[in-house]
Amino acid sequence: MASEPKKNAAAENGFVYLPLIAGWLVPGAGHFLLRKWGRGALLAASVFGMFALGIAMQGKLYSSAHDVLDLLGLAGDLGNGLLFVLSRMMGLGADQVQVTTADYGTRFIVVSGLLNVIAAVDAHNLRTGRKS
Amino acid sequence: MLHPSHFAALALFALFASVVFGITQRDTPPRMVRYGIYCFVLFLGSAVVLSWLMFLIAR
Repeated sequence: MASEPKKNAAAENGFVYLPLIAGWLVPGAGHFLLRKWGRGALLAASVFGMFALGIAMQGKLYSSAHDVLDLLGLAGDLGNGLLFVLSRMMGLGADQVQVTTADYGTRFIVVSGLLNVIAAVDAHNLRTGRKS
Repeated sequence: MLHPSHFAALALFALFASVVFGITQRDTPPRMVRYGIYCFVLFLGSAVVLSWLMFLIAR
């Protein structure tokens, strides 16, 4: 018979999806809510770092989806949560990719969003006790 | 505007992705570190091997 997953101390009360949503909106925030300071800091540094490098390389921030590839790029970008929204509001990133490093930057931004989603799901797993 | 070399961009990408993979895919800190290093080496190693393959195919 499969054993029940262990619940950790932080998984006892509150809205169960809060770490997931917080982790998506602000990288690392889901782990901070669960008092996993070290993990949260490393995840935040990784996602922020990758996103910042992408912007510094003049990577493109997707704003609309004209074809399937644009749609996938936009979905990846949206994984960055508030980082994406704030960057769009401040007009960061390029509209057109013109050099090779900008193409790298675009991938950095998309992948940082995907990594942020993985981190947010990890926070959710910690919250539900599926992971310790 | 930042202009890293191909290898620098690859190394940075591998570093950040490996940190996230290590933390999220393993349960204990020692295993996280080991898995993170494993992913990092795999990222760099596979890129170097594929680069040589493409170089040899193109000749």
